[in-house]
Amino acid sequence: MPEQIKAHITGVVFQIAAKTGDRVGAGDPVIVLESMKMEIPVEAPRAGVVKEISVQEGQTVQEGDTVAVLE
Amino acid sequence: MFRAVLVANRGEIARRVFRACRRLGVGSVAVFSEADRDAPHVRDADRAVLLGPAPARESYLDVERILDAAHRTGADAVHPGYGFLSENWRFAEACAGAGLTFIGPPVEAIRAMGDKSHARHLMAAAGVPTVPGSSGPVADATAAEAIATGIGFPLILKAAAGGGGIGMARVERPADLAAAFAGAARRAQAAFADGALYLERYLERPRHVEVQVFADTHGAVVHVHERECSIQRRHQKLIEESPAPGLDPETKRGLTEAAVAGARSIGYVNAGTLEFLLDAAGRFYFIEMNTRIQVEHPVTEEVTGLDLVVEQLRVAAGEPLRWRQDEITQRGWAVECRVYAEDPERNFLPSPGTLTRLDVPAGEGLRVESGVEAGGAVSVHYDPLLFKLVARGDGREEALARMRAALDATVVEGVRTTVPFLRRVLEHPDVRRGALHTQMVEQGAFR
Repeated sequence: MPEQIKAHITGVVFQIAAKTGDRVGAGDPVIVLESMKMEIPVEAPRAGVVKEISVQEGQTVQEGDTVAVLE
Repeated sequence: MFRAVLVANRGEIARRVFRACRRLGVGSVAVFSEADRDAPHVRDADRAVLLGPAPARESYLDVERILDAAHRTGADAVHPGYGFLSENWRFAEACAGAGLTFIGPPVEAIRAMGDKSHARHLMAAAGVPTVPGSSGPVADATAAEAIATGIGFPLILKAAAGGGGIGMARVERPADLAAAFAGAARRAQAAFADGALYLERYLERPRHVEVQVFADTHGAVVHVHERECSIQRRHQKLIEESPAPGLDPETKRGLTEAAVAGARSIGYVNAGTLEFLLDAAGRFYFIEMNTRIQVEHPVTEEVTGLDLVVEQLRVAAGEPLRWRQDEITQRGWAVECRVYAEDPERNFLPSPGTLTRLDVPAGEGLRVESGVEAGGAVSVHYDPLLFKLVARGDGREEALARMRAALDATVVEGVRTTVPFLRRVLEHPDVRRGALHTQMVEQGAFR
């Protein structure tokens, strides 16, 4: 079942840590957000394969926005 | 004195400097990013110049645009505030090169203190105690064992190339050193592509006590007493006070004399702060020097009656310091709480948004330094500090009681803030009796 990974805070995409097709474990960072001078990873909620990265570096995301899809 | 001071900053500290400019009858220039068009600091100045887009590197960190703004407005001095370019020696040098007075210390002092390891060497050479440790990276576990005997246990292994706690390992006993060294070196190699480690004594539950110093261009160096800043999260302060509770006179004398000697040894000028860790036995160790005005400077102003920012401008203009050491006294007590747009229930995650409601308290013995107003946006691009509450009293109890009342009267809606957490801290029995240390927040004392 595909699962959307959502940003848990509002921030700017600082780094894309995983790419489409990557296998990730639970807790691995998928993207890193920068907010108020802090770098905050958005982590994979479970193990799986990254199906899609939905954001680009430098993009502003709101809390609750989908940043990637896990398969 | 200057014609006009450009403040290369935003928020409450920019407004604080503009107030000092008004007091001295000096003109003021604000700079701002596109995200800060409607920010209060922009209206506080005589003139304001748009720097560029919201990201700091395209606005508040863009040296060329800041210097250009100064020239276009006829400013002849630049105040850097704290954060942003304030401890960037290249910026100070660029200001001088552009014919502007940098309101701060000499370039060389900023540079010397900016390299934290070099700073410790310089301070040790000036007789200022530093945390016992290896003088540099240690070759291997065998070498570490030889050095560790002299440092004492527990100690901490730190990655020379590191930061943020990565590659750090605490070692309780000599028998554990070899294995811990191998593990920490491996992690440091993985994280920083450099496995070099150095050793330091691990201090159990230290206090953070710092000394405000001030020096002029005529050779005067004074201290403006101490501040206690142990309540921190992520090595950033949340609550500060002056005096430091329960500091015995002998330790206080040692701290302040060391701070003055340290500042003098590097030819320091203007306002600066030497930060120390203090262990349970009253031994103190220099950790770093901040070569700028500090966020928490108001507590020092409240107990001494002095205006540190006005004096920064005067001293930068070449005037002699107006304070003699024996005239600088602490009267009463002052405490500061930093209200951040962070969610204390989610490990202090940032909480940007729009301030839909903002009720900031006012009253006797209370000072508020705010960079925001109701309806304003709290941007993801900058530091999460919203405002500072500063309460004073004849003694500590009165100051803390006023602070508790101020926090109760504070209402912020639209973003989460540290206010509920600050309330819990001030209710804590150890805090009330002044028994503080830097690990309290991380250890969960205020959950």
